Amino acid sequence: MKTKHADLAEKFIANEPRTNWHDETLWFVREKRDKAALGIPEWEDLREWGSQIKNHSLSNLSQYLKEFEEKATANGVKIHWAATGEEHNQIIYQIIQKNNIKKIVKSKSMLTEECHLNDYLAKKGIEIVDTDLGERIVQFRKETPSHIVLPAIHLKKQDVSETFHEHLQTEKGNNDPQYLTEAARQHLRNKFVESELSITGVNFAVAETGGFVVCTNEGNADMGSHTAPIHIACMGFEKIIPKVEHLAVFLRLLGRSAIGQPITTYSSHFLKPRPGQEMHIVIVDNGRSTQLGREDFRNSLKCIRCAACFNTCPVYRRSGGHSYHTSTAGPIGSILNPNLDMKANADLPFASTLCGSCTNVCPVKINIHEQLWKWRQEIVKNGYVDTTKKIGMNGMAFLFTHPALYRFIGKTGRCIMRFLPFLTNNKLNIWYKQREMPKPPKESFRDWYTKNGKSQIK
Amino acid sequence: MNSRDKILNAIAANQPKLVAPPTIDFDRVIRYEDNYTQFKTILENIGAKVELIQDIATLTDQLEAEKASGKLIINTFNEIDKQYVLASSFELEKLEKVCIKATLGVAENGAVWLYESQMMNRILPFICQHLILVVDKKDIVATMHHAYTKIDIQKEGFGIFIAGPSKTADIEQSLVIGAHGARTATIYVVE
Repeated sequence: MKTKHADLAEKFIANEPRTNWHDETLWFVREKRDKAALGIPEWEDLREWGSQIKNHSLSNLSQYLKEFEEKATANGVKIHWAATGEEHNQIIYQIIQKNNIKKIVKSKSMLTEECHLNDYLAKKGIEIVDTDLGERIVQFRKETPSHIVLPAIHLKKQDVSETFHEHLQTEKGNNDPQYLTEAARQHLRNKFVESELSITGVNFAVAETGGFVVCTNEGNADMGSHTAPIHIACMGFEKIIPKVEHLAVFLRLLGRSAIGQPITTYSSHFLKPRPGQEMHIVIVDNGRSTQLGREDFRNSLKCIRCAACFNTCPVYRRSGGHSYHTSTAGPIGSILNPNLDMKANADLPFASTLCGSCTNVCPVKINIHEQLWKWRQEIVKNGYVDTTKKIGMNGMAFLFTHPALYRFIGKTGRCIMRFLPFLTNNKLNIWYKQREMPKPPKESFRDWYTKNGKSQIK
Repeated sequence: MNSRDKILNAIAANQPKLVAPPTIDFDRVIRYEDNYTQFKTILENIGAKVELIQDIATLTDQLEAEKASGKLIINTFNEIDKQYVLASSFELEKLEKVCIKATLGVAENGAVWLYESQMMNRILPFICQHLILVVDKKDIVATMHHAYTKIDIQKEGFGIFIAGPSKTADIEQSLVIGAHGARTATIYVVE
């Protein structure tokens, strides 16, 4: 099975109206982001503050993590450390076993997706109910989220209607989003009320208090966590910020960057378990400490998972999240995933036009497009690039450093395109796929310039 | 070596040279001519209702009258309703309405801050069908920066900023109000 970005994207774009809808819808979200940002005159200051706070946090991370652990422990929260995704899953499984838990609800956590927690537990016969509406939809369909903020953005309401008809016995053919959301609300309310364990992610963990903040619009993280006798919050260690006052900066940036909303409906500040409740935090490395040591790529750990880079990316919008074959898609995913497995994800840094739009919208000023370009170099150096691409690039390099040969090939090429177009306009030429070849000019710019340039340009 | 030490050692070895955190310059931050007007505009844009009132007497009477009709309604201003402090989600599933006093409101985004003690029971603002929040007009601040100088998030075990009713747009980006939390949010601002 072909699993490279280009092949998977080809499948996605086979349905042209849907591709156009996907493209336009995400661009609409990007425009909402712009409108929200423009409403804040100090927006660029905010981005700068956000960036500097994260730079500072990363530069003192080991200290802040210790401080966080100490404070959280004093607050009555149990801290666990997981070096790998596997260890993260084991820690959660042990808590489940120890308490003989059967009913588990989980709000959105990209970390648990990264660690494949659901699959791990399913193999042990334990079912997790994803409670974010978009995640519930893709879970029913045995798919993965295609976007970190809008998990079901690859689907149309007809798809959701069919899925809910099958799993929740909703009316066949009723595609009304209001009706479908109501059905999910009723279904999940029961799951919340009977839950024995609530698993959530963490948006921000504050070193000076040992507390953490979870942001949702639906209220699912709270419905689960204030009901279940046990709450486990899972976080990558880069979620740490030093002080409470820094939350102001990030809560102002997050909702606006994500979907153009001034703040998420719920920004829940957890500090201590409620009376009688058990609260755990699992702090996960899973390759992050390696990324921290890569000078060119450590900035990627500043990410607050707003997905602004997804919504603006011309490649993401037209290829869909599943074409990235990883839990975090889009431009940021393409610089995080090669760190986890360079060989398996060697295609991802090439799924970009390097236009730089991602960098321009990033609320914490990660130089995303530069890192994509740097990953390409790393990948070539490590020999993970396709042979055809390698030969092609070497050929181009040779051509561009030999001017006489370049001129000869240029002239020959123009003649071939003019007199023997079938030699270039055929399916063996991958550039001809989905494209018309340009009309060959009679002469090159160089020829024109040697004739006219000096006399005409003064 | 256990995972904790392994992770912390790897981080200590790999983290970059210490750089200073920024100073948040409050003079750069937006101010509004009238915090209340901004607060109301934003909340109405995100599907909430806002009403200016002189005192909470009428609101309390209204809630008591509705209670008499047999619906489960909790008014945290009311001493008797403190019986629900430890109630479970199972008992509260039928909760129609809850009325809670907030510490402050934020003009830039319509959020209000609630301490755990104000909501009495952490689940109340989420499990209710309809959420009523009360905030004093003088306690509406311009931005989140100002809000964090006025609250102490270490004072209690849980606290939250709530901005409007629960919502989702996970189906084709169509906005639906009333996802898992409250279907409506009404904010009474006391003059």
